[in-house]
This record gives sequence, structure tokens and C-alpha cells, in this order.
Amino acid sequence: MARRVVITGLGILSSIGRNLPETVESVLASKSGIGILQHLDSPHKDEFPFAEVPWSNKQLLELAQLTDSLGYSRNSLLGMIAAREAFLHASLDKLPRLRTGLISATTVGGMDRCELYFNDFITNDSKNKYIDVYDCADSTEKIADLLGIRDYITTISTACSSAANALLLGARMIRNGQLDRVVAGGTEALTSFHVNGFNALKILDKVPCRPFDANRNGITLGEGAAYLVLESEESASIGGREIIAELAGYGNACEAFHQTASTPDGKGAFLAMERALNISGINSSAIDYINAHGTGTDNNDIAEGLAIERLFGEKIPLVSSTKPFTGHMTSAAGSAEAILSILCLTHEIILPNLNLKTPMPELRFTPVTELIHESDVSTVMSNSFGFGGNNTSLIFKKVSNPKFQIPNTK
Amino acid sequence: MGCISPQPTLDNKSFLEETVSVESSRMKAIGPNYKEFIPPEMVRRMGRIIKMGVAAAKTSLADAECQLPDAIITGTGLGCIEDTEKFLGNMIRNNEEFLTPTAFIQSTHNTVSAQIALLIKCHGYNFTYVHRGFSFETAILDSLMQIESGQAKSVLLGAADELTENSFQIQSRMGYWRQKPADNLKLFEHPTKGTVAGEGAAFFLLHEKKNSNTYAVLQDVEMLFRPDSPEEVISEIKLFLERNGLKESNIDLLVLGRNGDIRFDSIYDSVTETAFPGVPTCNFKHLCGEYMTASSFGVWMASRILKNQQIPDMLIIGKKPETLKHILLYNHYQGINHTLILLSQA
Repeated sequence: MARRVVITGLGILSSIGRNLPETVESVLASKSGIGILQHLDSPHKDEFPFAEVPWSNKQLLELAQLTDSLGYSRNSLLGMIAAREAFLHASLDKLPRLRTGLISATTVGGMDRCELYFNDFITNDSKNKYIDVYDCADSTEKIADLLGIRDYITTISTACSSAANALLLGARMIRNGQLDRVVAGGTEALTSFHVNGFNALKILDKVPCRPFDANRNGITLGEGAAYLVLESEESASIGGREIIAELAGYGNACEAFHQTASTPDGKGAFLAMERALNISGINSSAIDYINAHGTGTDNNDIAEGLAIERLFGEKIPLVSSTKPFTGHMTSAAGSAEAILSILCLTHEIILPNLNLKTPMPELRFTPVTELIHESDVSTVMSNSFGFGGNNTSLIFKKVSNPKFQIPNTK
Repeated sequence: MGCISPQPTLDNKSFLEETVSVESSRMKAIGPNYKEFIPPEMVRRMGRIIKMGVAAAKTSLADAECQLPDAIITGTGLGCIEDTEKFLGNMIRNNEEFLTPTAFIQSTHNTVSAQIALLIKCHGYNFTYVHRGFSFETAILDSLMQIESGQAKSVLLGAADELTENSFQIQSRMGYWRQKPADNLKLFEHPTKGTVAGEGAAFFLLHEKKNSNTYAVLQDVEMLFRPDSPEEVISEIKLFLERNGLKESNIDLLVLGRNGDIRFDSIYDSVTETAFPGVPTCNFKHLCGEYMTASSFGVWMASRILKNQQIPDMLIIGKKPETLKHILLYNHYQGINHTLILLSQA
């Protein structure tokens, strides 16, 4: 019998909050983080809205209690703050060390510095302190050093499903008995590289993103970081800590159709959700809510919607995309949305799909548009899909009698 | 197996009988005619790392007579940097206007894995690891987990990294490469600061069962992040071998990631002299150069040695071992990412 994987700590930093308490406040108030760019210097700032973390790098350094002598990318700073929140939330600083890993996800790593100093890196002989922050592992090693994690560290990059895959790998390593505890999640800073890449693909909406709306016209880019502490049940029982939820299932599939598009009927999405159900041993009818990938692009929402209809048949769970809250946090989206899904379990709520006015005529179901309180929700699914057809689906379960306390980490 | 490197290695019949030497701090992989592997309309658009990865992957599948693996798991240190630099350069030059998306689409690190899946229509588990000197090793760990847990019967495991003009220059400024170019085959004769830059792609088809074509058994892998001392590495090697039912004396050959850089090679001396006195060793970075997934070339080489039951004369340091049952590969990247890989005779 495989070991159960439970969650004991959460940490999140995004456009809707510096930490978990602020994030909870924002979602309970249905407050979106989408607005006008303040910190990234971009000629596209008046053209598109963004869900930017409303703090400068200097403020983030203060929040992280660091000086910039080592050369921290924004990507690293976001990751360090969120990972530390999760680590402290799980009280890992106070417990005897068991085999602990760090699995972090990112797509463009320290590109936020690289795009500013690229010419300087190549032409200038003076040592630019950001010269070695480009690669994806840089932020991971800085987080590992901050938290003192050495038993196992790695970095995953599977585009926009990266952070969901970090959780998937963490859960598998705990189930296999290789690790007792894992800090897993993702971090991604908003960069001109991403802004221009998605703009070149013509998939940035000029108004805040409208997932599952008939008039949707693309994504709204966001940024931030989110990490979860996963533990084996045995490890979690040490120290009288509260268990927040269980990570009950995970599925990964490759669509093998197109580098950036889904099949019209969402084959990859279907396979990932189906595999997650199989691993969890949970019947599809037991899923109460799906936190959809729901980017707001024409292609994703129809493919994902049809895949949900095909898999769940007559009993389609409540569905919403929370990207209108946080924007698309790309490689951090999987862990950020995992946390939002878990908040549904702990706070007995269903999060609304903001900005949805005209339901899609192609779909039989309509996502939830208003926050639902006192929901009888016990099992949720969270979807993350990425370039390259990398699709991942996760399932979280309520634990009996959760006495979840929002930590005071402000 | 399928291996593209600065040596002629893609042909699975010959084994380092011919070697290429260059008077340079930089070694370029020898690419095949990619049109033999990839439809022509796709070849034109693909970055070099994608082409190398796809050709090495397809060669390994053909070598193993496998049409469709259950999973594809790869590692890459820097990913598709040619396309990343192309898009970044255009973006800076054009003040963020008039950009086409092709280079951006191909710049994500998982493009190699995704393109292989696309070409062979593999809907299975697909993963890409991007952690410096742990990239390939995490891919091995995941592959072994997939097979041991029964989730996959066969896994296409691989690694790829490409060197570009800019990345070479940036890493040159970081002090990675030799200032005075020297013959790569004489890399270890004149140790100095810096090493020689390399690149390549190596793919392996792992299967839960061996057959008469099997090269080797990929037993186990371990990663050590910032070990404090050579003593810590030595004690970790002991634990690693113990959990595989072996002792230091069972190791017939060490394959080492020496790169001729005086700042980084001394730990190989400490480890071999203390834990493995008298055990013959082979180096490999004079053949493939240094890059974040260079250990994949080492695994390719060790696997060939195990299958052939013979070590090429130009590689062996020390006396020829009487048996060739177990090979331990020890590598580190920049003194930070240390890795152990155990391979055994099939």
C-alpha cells in the first residue's frame, strides 16, 4: 500500500497578496490582482493589463530580509519568500530533520535580469553580479540555501504545467519512500521576454482575461510564487501539527499534437484528468470542484471544457478558472492554483470564475460566477497544461476535522 | 542508445576508434544529416538542440527496436538557448515590436521532450528536468521510479545541451573556459584554470527486462548538493554502494568527470586514492567537453564498455581490470552538484 501524501504548509505570493493571509482575504472579497504595470518597464504597458506583484525588487528584498550582494533575480526573490512561508507554516524550522527535498519549477529562470543586462554580459568586462542567474536552477539553489535543504533538490521546466509537475514529483518521491518531506512549487517573475512572446503569439487579451466566456480573447500574464509542504503521514504526525489536506492523485500526459495548441477535443487534458482519477482511486462522481487551467484563450477553454464533459459525463462538477484573480502565473500557476483549490476545502468555499458574462455556447456547463460559501466540498481537482502538450492534473482531498488556522506570517 | 557529441558517436557499431581533436576551448557536436530523422519542413525551423535531441532519441529507439516508449524523461542544463537568444536579441533590437513567435515557441526547456513525443506520437508521461549538474541525474531517478513502480515498462531517457557563441562568451567571462586553447585530447596533461566547453545529446531506451541487445543495467543514482568535504563524498559513496549490495572493492572501473581545471579536479584524486586505491579509471570530458549534462556522455561510454567487456586503450588509466561487472561514474559540476551513477553488466 503506497504511503499517503499530506500537506502541512502553504506559501504564496502573487498579485493578490504578499502571503497566505492576504491571499485568503482577497479571494473571500473576490478581489482581482489584474491592473496596470507598475514595475516592469514595458512599451506594452498601456496595451494590455497584467497581474503584477505590486512590490519592487527593493521591497521584495526587504520582505525577504536580504541584501542584494549576491545578485538576486526577481524570480529568486519571489520564490524565496513564498517557499519560506510554506516552510515556516509547516513548522519545519522547529522539527528534527527528516529526509527533506526541494522541487522547484520555473520557465525562464532569471530572465528578468538577463533581458536587462544581456548586452552587458557579452560586451562588458566588469563582473555583472547577475551574470550567473539566467538558468532555471539558480532560484532553486538560492531557496535551498535559504531553507537549509540539502537532501534532494531539483528543478522542473515543463512550461505552464511546471509547478503542478513539481507537486506530482514530490508526491511520487514520498509515496516511493525516497523522501519524508518535500517543499514543492514554482516561481515566475513577469518578464519582457514572456510579454513579447505571448504577444507575438497574439494570445494576450486587451482586457482582463475572461476564461470560459464566449468573447474571451486570450490570457492576462501574472507573476508570483507558491510552494506547498508535502509530507508522508508518518512525518506529518510529528510535532502535533495540523494537516491541511491530502494530495490524493496526480496524472501527467503528453498530447503530442502541437507545440502550442491543444487538440480540439482536449485529448491531453482528458488523459491527465483520467490518470489522476486512476492513481487516486477516486470515482469521477466524487469530484466536487475543478479549478480549471482556463487560460482565456480560444483554444484552451474549448478543449478543456470538452474534455471535462467527456470525462465527467452527466455529473459535471462545479468548475471555475481563478486566472482572473492572479493572472496566468505560467510556471508558478500549478502550485498557486493548488493552494487556491485547497482553500476551497479548508474554507468550504467555491471560488468564482470572475469576468464571465456570456457562457460559451459550445459547452453544456457554465462555470461558477459568484463565490459560494458553506459549500459541501470534499474533493477538488486542479488542472495545469503547458506548451509542448505537457498536461497535468492534481486531486486534493479534505482531511477529516481540519482545524485549519491561517498563520500569522504578516 | 543514441549519442551525438563532438566525437563520431552516433554509429552504434564503432566505439571511439577514431577521435576528434581540436585546438580550441570549445568543442562542437558532430551533427548527422538531420533530414534522415526529421521531416524537412520541420528541420528548417528547429534549433540545433532540438535536432540533436530528436536524432539521438530516434537512434536509440531504432537501436532498441522500440516503436513507442511508455514515457519520455529528459534533462537539460540550459535548454534551447539558441532560440532563447534569438528571440531575446530580436526583442532588444526591435524595441519589443514586430516579433514572430517561432523562436519563442521553441525556447521553452521542454521543447526537446515535446518534439520527440510529437514525432513518435507518444502520449505517455513526459518530463523535463533543468537543474544544472543534476538535470540528467534527476531524469535517471525519475526513470528508475517509473519502471520500479510499474508505471512504465519502457522509458526513453535522455539529455541534451547546446553551446552557442553567446553562452560560450558569457561562461568565458565567468571563468569556465581555458584562456589559451589547447588540444582537447591533452586536456589532462597541463592542468590549469578553466576547461573546454562542449555539448551533445545522449538518449537511452530503458526497459524493465533485459534482452540479448542490452548494453548495461542502470542500477542507481545519487545526487549530493554542496557536500562539505571529500570525506562526505567518500562516506556517501559507501552508503550508495551499500544500498546496492556492493562494497568499494566490487567496483571494477571508475568513470570520472575530470575536466582538467585545477580548481575542480583535486576531489577526484582524494576520492579515488582514499576509497578506490588501485582501481582503474577513465575520463570522458576530453572527448565531449564540459556542459551541464556531460555525465550523459559518461553513461553512454560506460554502457558501451560494459557491453563490449573491453576498455579502449586510449581511455584506461591504471591496469586492465580482470572483470568488468560494475562501473561507478562520479561527476561534479562546478563543485556544487556532485553525482554518482552505478552501472552493471547486463
